[in-house]
Amino acid sequence: MIARLGRLPWGLFVLIAAFCVPAMGSRFYTFLANDIVIWALFATSLNLLVGVTGLVSFGHAAYFGIGAYATGLLMKKLSVPFLLAFPAAGVLAGAAALAFGFFCVRLTRIYFAMLTLAFAQIVWAICFKWNEVTGGEQGMPEIPYPSFDWIPALPVVGGWRTAEYFYFLTLLMVALCLWALRRIVGSPFGRMLTTIRENPERAEFIGVNVRRYELAAFVLAGAFAGMAGGLFGIFNRGVFPDFAYWTKSSEVLIMTLLGGMGTFYGPAIGALVLILLNQQIVAYTEYWPFVLGTVLVVLLFAFPGGIAGAIGAMARRLTRPRRA
Amino acid sequence: MPDLSFVFAQSVSGLTAAMFLFLIASGLSLIFGVLRVLNFAHGTFYMLGAYAAYQFVQWTGVGGGMFWVAALGAAGAVALLGGIVERLLFRHLYAKEELYQLLFTYALALILSDAAKMIWGTQQKSVSRPPELTGALSLFGATVPHYNLFIILLGPAIALTVWFVLQRTRVGRFIRAAALDRETLGALGVNVDALYTWVFVIASFLGGLGGALISPMRATVPGMDTEVIVEAFVVVVIGGLGSLWGTFLGAVIYGQVLSFGILFFPRFSIFAVFALMAGVLIVRPWGLAGRPLK
Repeated sequence: MIARLGRLPWGLFVLIAAFCVPAMGSRFYTFLANDIVIWALFATSLNLLVGVTGLVSFGHAAYFGIGAYATGLLMKKLSVPFLLAFPAAGVLAGAAALAFGFFCVRLTRIYFAMLTLAFAQIVWAICFKWNEVTGGEQGMPEIPYPSFDWIPALPVVGGWRTAEYFYFLTLLMVALCLWALRRIVGSPFGRMLTTIRENPERAEFIGVNVRRYELAAFVLAGAFAGMAGGLFGIFNRGVFPDFAYWTKSSEVLIMTLLGGMGTFYGPAIGALVLILLNQQIVAYTEYWPFVLGTVLVVLLFAFPGGIAGAIGAMARRLTRPRRA
Repeated sequence: MPDLSFVFAQSVSGLTAAMFLFLIASGLSLIFGVLRVLNFAHGTFYMLGAYAAYQFVQWTGVGGGMFWVAALGAAGAVALLGGIVERLLFRHLYAKEELYQLLFTYALALILSDAAKMIWGTQQKSVSRPPELTGALSLFGATVPHYNLFIILLGPAIALTVWFVLQRTRVGRFIRAAALDRETLGALGVNVDALYTWVFVIASFLGGLGGALISPMRATVPGMDTEVIVEAFVVVVIGGLGSLWGTFLGAVIYGQVLSFGILFFPRFSIFAVFALMAGVLIVRPWGLAGRPLK
């Protein structure tokens, strides 16, 4: 029974449910759902590195930031339509990831993490100081929404607010990105990344160019993070240098860990739980970091597999055939 | 070309900043060198040192040498906290993956810095300079406050003391041995657990002392921990993780690059510092004075 539940197309159900959120009539729920969906993509992109390939990046926010600035600049200053500006975020962030990753994958473990951090701080410093282009410390407010003028003319789908149209658009884009990521993880290429995580020496022995595979994963993760950033800049109605600051990198790392790095949808669950938790907690206390830190400590000591890991373990226990 | 006294003043201010960074980064480097953990919470220990110094000074005032008592008391309190945290929590993490260790220290930083906010609020706190060192010296046409001079002299003194302890004492020998091979050392009958706690206590003391001594120069505010920890990372990475003199060198380089960077490229001095860090990692990942890990 439970084993059969696992075979249902849950991704599709979640997508349909997510499409129904604005129908609940609350602007706030739509806002929250939009936030969650974007962070889910950001966290899943990081998991391609951390969970799948076993590379702990401490500077993933760099690519999120680059994507956000790319889409923001293109749409605000050059009036480029969204359908071009959005993929541009992925391309630019991917290009940056290629340049930075080229050096990063040559290092191992802690040095890898440190170099990703250094590059992310470089990106942050540039965004923070290059006033003419990025708006410097003040950031870049008033990123326009994509144009939805043509939609109300259509039957059935008309009649929503702009923010809601943007939510539908986000949902569509993120669903496409997650589908692509899922295909990548499940492909022979993705399997090879997992092999590299489990045993890099062995992968090397059987003739795999480990660095090239790691670099490819780094670029893909960066590109998807960039697209998440592009969406987030529009959603946030502004792009700011702290998008690329190191605390953002640790935030997304926490989401990934909270949800569970061992599964594909774990990080998305982590994004959902963390954002909902944050929204609940800040209603009671301003000491959100304190709560977050405590949750994290409990998680690290008690549930190292994250939420998805714990659910998976429970499901396995329930479905295990009983022996006499 | 700016005139000489200006250059001198700039390098003195760079050197002062460098010595503070050395105090903080040396603890970070010590913990990494021996325990192999990159401690994100170290910046928070530094911040707590500053707050504790403020608190003690509130009770004692700064006159009659009480500033020094307060500063040492603050560093001692932070060291005690470090020891407790190591005993209760850290020690269960040494066997786990790096990611878990990193995130645990980050969680600790979140908890402790929010606790500081609960106790001392978000208003900035300042401590007045000890009356013994309020004057200033005129050197090469530049004015150098006595307090800065004291810090510039204190940095090397601390470095020498730590070096002496590590190289010339029995405990130091054990610490160096633990950095190389913890299991063999344990098999030889040394209490490695206690040793680790002591390393943590010493490192936290150095961080706390840095915070306590900077409190008369810079306002103590929430958020100073996340800023300083990244700076300390830059320093230890440039100098070499786990290397004492490397850390000293890294701190001096950082201070000079920052203060002269501001002079020549005012907008991109922060950039220069991180670019230097990335450059060192690319060319010599183990740092200028460090040794490659195994």
